[in-house]
Amino acid sequence: MRHSKKIQLMNLSELEIGESGTITAFTDQHMSIKLMEMGCLPGEEVRLDQIAPLGDPIAITVSGYKLSLRKTEAATILLKSN
Amino acid sequence: MNGTLKVALIGNPNTGKSTLFNDLTGLNQKIGNFPGVTVDKKTGFSKVSPELTAEIIDLPGIYSLYAKSRDEQIAFEVLYDKKGSLKPDLVVVVVDASNLKRNMLLYTQVADLNIPVILALNMIDVADSNGLKINIDKLSKKLGVTVIPVNARDNKGVEKLKEAIAYSTKIATQNKTIEVEEIAPMLINEIADNFEVNSSYEALQLAHQHENLSSLSEEQSDLVETLEQKYSFHSSKAQAQETIARYNFINDLLFDCVKQDESAKGETFSNKLDKVLTHRVFGLIIFVVILFIVFQSIFTFAEYPMNFIEGLFLQLEQLLANILPAGVLTNLLIDGVIAGLSGVLVFVPQILILFLFIAILEDTGYMARVTFMMDKIMRKVGLNGKSVVPLISGVACAVPAIMSTRTIENWKDRVITILVTPLMSCSARLPVYTLLISLVVPSKRLFGVLSLQGLTLLAMYLLGFFAAIGAAWVMKKIVKSREKGYFIMELPIYRMPRWSHIGLQMFEKAKTFVFEAGKVIIAVSVILWVLSTYGPSEKMDAINAKYATPEMAKQFNPDQLQQHLKSERLEASYAGMLGRTIEPAIRPLGYDWKIGIALITSFAAREVFVGTMATIYSVEGDDSNIVSVREKLSAATNPQTGVKVFTFATAFSLMIFYAFAMQCMSTLAVVYRETKSWKWPVIMLVYMTGVAYLASLVVYQLLK
Repeated sequence: MRHSKKIQLMNLSELEIGESGTITAFTDQHMSIKLMEMGCLPGEEVRLDQIAPLGDPIAITVSGYKLSLRKTEAATILLKSN
Repeated sequence: MNGTLKVALIGNPNTGKSTLFNDLTGLNQKIGNFPGVTVDKKTGFSKVSPELTAEIIDLPGIYSLYAKSRDEQIAFEVLYDKKGSLKPDLVVVVVDASNLKRNMLLYTQVADLNIPVILALNMIDVADSNGLKINIDKLSKKLGVTVIPVNARDNKGVEKLKEAIAYSTKIATQNKTIEVEEIAPMLINEIADNFEVNSSYEALQLAHQHENLSSLSEEQSDLVETLEQKYSFHSSKAQAQETIARYNFINDLLFDCVKQDESAKGETFSNKLDKVLTHRVFGLIIFVVILFIVFQSIFTFAEYPMNFIEGLFLQLEQLLANILPAGVLTNLLIDGVIAGLSGVLVFVPQILILFLFIAILEDTGYMARVTFMMDKIMRKVGLNGKSVVPLISGVACAVPAIMSTRTIENWKDRVITILVTPLMSCSARLPVYTLLISLVVPSKRLFGVLSLQGLTLLAMYLLGFFAAIGAAWVMKKIVKSREKGYFIMELPIYRMPRWSHIGLQMFEKAKTFVFEAGKVIIAVSVILWVLSTYGPSEKMDAINAKYATPEMAKQFNPDQLQQHLKSERLEASYAGMLGRTIEPAIRPLGYDWKIGIALITSFAAREVFVGTMATIYSVEGDDSNIVSVREKLSAATNPQTGVKVFTFATAFSLMIFYAFAMQCMSTLAVVYRETKSWKWPVIMLVYMTGVAYLASLVVYQLLK
């Protein structure tokens, strides 16, 4: 498709602080179960709030609360940026 | 009592479930053990109506019935317990009203098990201030259960909850939340045919969890396995499908019952605070400052009550010595039991102060941020962000520190944390270091300000810390793990600490320490008393006879006579014989048999070293007077060679030995309690003492 849409696909670990995106899919099924239980579901909006002083883990707001996860875990969550 | 109603409290972590439990039961609670896991089984009684007393059981905080660790497993185990004594008549699901979406997942799972349920909406005040308007009646109608808004922190709504418990029915009234059968229709039917289940969802849970359920026999579990293969059941896929269906249900439900007041939105106070407290620079500085305050408090504020307790026991000993008839029993009581008891209670002030801080940091939500900030470094060496708290606590005492590893869900991370925590310099090592440093390190100052002795002490603390980190790194490579490590963790909102809750925590920790460690310390000190008091009778008699002669009485004054008698008796005692037996093994480290005795007696607690040295070198006057002990030790010479015993090399070798060796019975006992296996305490004893031996050997041989 030549007219590529403005929607950009990325994973959660690539967000900048304050940016948000909508969850579209997961790349690790085992991890996805835990993440979904914690409220990270497809269609849900996430916002990156903090990055730990040493660059990892990160803290996001999702489903109305704050969740921290490691970057490797965040990388299994695919997003489309808002 | 017209019979009791069994009520289980279940809910996510950080929902105030434990506070609600305390509100319901008051101090009328009991902490026991669930078989096979390390979570405490907290039960208590609550008078819910004049006629009815409910037995409340507090289940561990979980996000879902699908357990991620052995400890979480217990929740479903209790709910499934068919014949056992635990099976509740009623489940109260506690949810955080300000965070309903994620909290309701667990509710929908529990509700579908078809057990009578009450929904308690806790933290309704936070929901209010966040502008959430929850239509309780509508929620209750849609779910088909009683919904009670509560505020456990202020004890609000608790009476209403008690009423609801009292008037609950034996029959589950809730509506089904999702079509469970759609997930695996045939499998669910066939499990329901073969097992006693009271809902389709329980059948599905059996399919997922049969391997871990202790109430299922091996044949039963195999049967489930066969059925799963027959219908090609895929556990992960089914779980994902179920979770999505549940959240769809929750989204619809909340859309109807909860309105968000838009004006109240905007950045929360918690998020603003996080920007500072987890800031790249300020976050770390604040953490270091807090650590510094905690340490300072442990060492300065605890000193006065510790001195007071020691003084009190000294007086008690003197008092008993005066009023009781002299004899073996009196000696056993004073030198064995009372001395042991004093050795236990003297640590209580430090433990109280330590847990005061830890409880405040945890209760406010700050501890979760510490974990968040430290995870990366800790992970590099095989630990976990949550290992920070135990390591810090280890500076006071390894016993409560090891008890605080329970927050680490991952088994491997937890075991490694437990194994390395005793390397942190605990306060029992302090008197040993102080004595040895004052013996061989000159009290000079570097550049006029830095005390050389102080620097040496600091170096010993750093040595302990780096040893712990190094040991963790090595163990990370060795310890095998089946569980996958997660760091998917909620950062709870910041809240003011609840002082009654903190007081209760401090009380609980101190109580556990006194009873758990206390038993061991007293038992060991009694054994050591026997070993160091008794010996082969002919030798002992000979010594007694020698000191009873008039020549001796002429040579020494009565006090000196007693000291020399005591010292010679110790040499001839079983402990003395043990010391001589191990002498060949410890000579390469620079120790003689007298130090050998002290190494053995140190097993009660490390600081016993000082007292033992005092006795062996027959220090006159007060045993606990470090100056007099030091003078004796520095004058001590080897009778064969005439060389000083405490050379620079020996003292350092000894300090290194005390830094690394596992010489604390209470720690071993608590490791057994926490891991439910003798394997880990044995590994701990062997690796630590092995490292201590080698390190001391190298140090002595190099410095000699």
